[in-house]
Amino acid sequence: MFAFLQATSNHMQMSNITDPNIVQYYPLGDAAIVLQFGDEISKDINAMILNVAAWLDEYTFEGFVEYVPAFTSITIYYEPWVVRYSEVLSMLKEMIEDMEENENPEPPGTVTIPVYYGGASGPDLNHVADFHQMSVDEVIAMHTQPEYLVYMIGFAPGFPYLGGMDERLATPRQESPRAKVPKGSVGIAGSQTGVYPLETPGGWQVIGQTPLELFDLSKEEPALLRAGQKIRFSPITEEEFLKIKADHGH
Amino acid sequence: MGIRILKPGLLSTVQDTGRYGHQKSGMVVSGAMDTLALKIGNMLLGNALAEAALECTLSGPELIFERDQLIAITGGNLSPQIDGVPLTMWKPVYVREGAKLSFGKATSGCRTYLSVYRGFDVPEVLGSKSTYLRGGMGGWEGRALKKDDFIPFNAIYQGQHKFDWSAGKYLYPDLSNHKVRVIEGPEFGHFTAESIAAFFSQPFAISNEADRMGYRLTGQTLQRHETKEMLSAAVTFGTIQVPAQGVPIVLMADHQTTGGYPRIAQVISADLTLLAQMQPGREITFELITLEEAQALLLAQEQQMNQLRQTITLKYG
Repeated sequence: MFAFLQATSNHMQMSNITDPNIVQYYPLGDAAIVLQFGDEISKDINAMILNVAAWLDEYTFEGFVEYVPAFTSITIYYEPWVVRYSEVLSMLKEMIEDMEENENPEPPGTVTIPVYYGGASGPDLNHVADFHQMSVDEVIAMHTQPEYLVYMIGFAPGFPYLGGMDERLATPRQESPRAKVPKGSVGIAGSQTGVYPLETPGGWQVIGQTPLELFDLSKEEPALLRAGQKIRFSPITEEEFLKIKADHGH
Repeated sequence: MGIRILKPGLLSTVQDTGRYGHQKSGMVVSGAMDTLALKIGNMLLGNALAEAALECTLSGPELIFERDQLIAITGGNLSPQIDGVPLTMWKPVYVREGAKLSFGKATSGCRTYLSVYRGFDVPEVLGSKSTYLRGGMGGWEGRALKKDDFIPFNAIYQGQHKFDWSAGKYLYPDLSNHKVRVIEGPEFGHFTAESIAAFFSQPFAISNEADRMGYRLTGQTLQRHETKEMLSAAVTFGTIQVPAQGVPIVLMADHQTTGGYPRIAQVISADLTLLAQMQPGREITFELITLEEAQALLLAQEQQMNQLRQTITLKYG
């Protein structure tokens, strides 16, 4: 049943070993288990999580459904009528103890995301500027300066959670989520920034909008971005925004 | 051969058991709100359990069968009728070409499932026929059904016409029950003792902001002693999350894959049917049980389903 456990010893050429003591295990309901690696966003923790994901891709187990990587955790869904929590728990503990760090695959290139900041596309840009006692231009400059790392995709199809935002832009979420945030909206929530791939409710502070499609089912790989990718935001005018949107037929 | 929609009803969508395997790309699972009713409907017709059916909400559709078909209606009771004559739920029913299916008052629950022999002919998107409404993906053109839609069948039924048995109702919960069982959520310990006590002792009501994505509740506001912003992490069907203003939201079938609000509790899988069938205005009380109890309940339900499947297989002979 748990054939993958025997297969671990000859897997992955190794350097650093994940410290099993930093991993916390807890249930998410009666059909999922969470492995949590501390509570800070870090590239090292992201690498550990992607290793667990790569490992599950190779050695699945009976009753396994799917996994969802996040900033500091990976959640593994299973069928509880096939395998119980206690069994999944001991399997995964054994896996972590045997786990050694994978060679990181070749990092994908940097993707540039054009953004029209402010106006009707960025209703919270002024709020973010006021919150930090900055000008709107300073907020835009600070948001477009860094290269961001895609830590995870989640919340909605193709939605990238990015690391690398300047801490000086950190702004709390809205107290109550908006019922509708338009497709392509670029927002800030706490110390995170991200892009909404489709119209959805959400509590992020919306500062701009991109004309790019982040999730397109007509493509073989619908999600534009994936975990491990680097991106940069580039400011565009309303005219450029409309032109790119028209050129893409949306 | 298929069904033609005369009136779409409040919200009628094609749903199977959900779109799994793509949550890591943020792809929402969707699927039937009440998978127990969906699976029993499929069982009654000898279909694959995960086959897609039409999920009809509160005020059901009106539709015409453009070919003889074997159907079953399960889930909440929306007073189904064939050509004005009440139709018995929880059993296979043979309907003639030209028959009109309509619905009346919701007498229990709010979602009913129309299953047809071998299912509807709709394309799979990322391995599932489920409609994801906000994404405009899957199901019938990624949307709820409209007047004049024609949904084709996968197959023509050529077996018996008379069925003197019904099955499956006994393992369906009593929908008048307002007690929903939960286990502790990952951030359970972040809430104050007073809020935890209130969560389990005072009823909540389902607000009008309730749809396939989630139900916003009304009632006691819940306070945390831990006020740090949370990093986004996985959420699932039945996750009860609490945004900053303290009013809980229960995530349903079209839930996002990850969220950033503290997760106080998680509705057990065996009680998702009860929750799925609750309308706005309904009161809920939450009861805490252990993970082991929740998994034992689900396992028992699975065993009952297997027995039911064997019973039905024997009936078809």
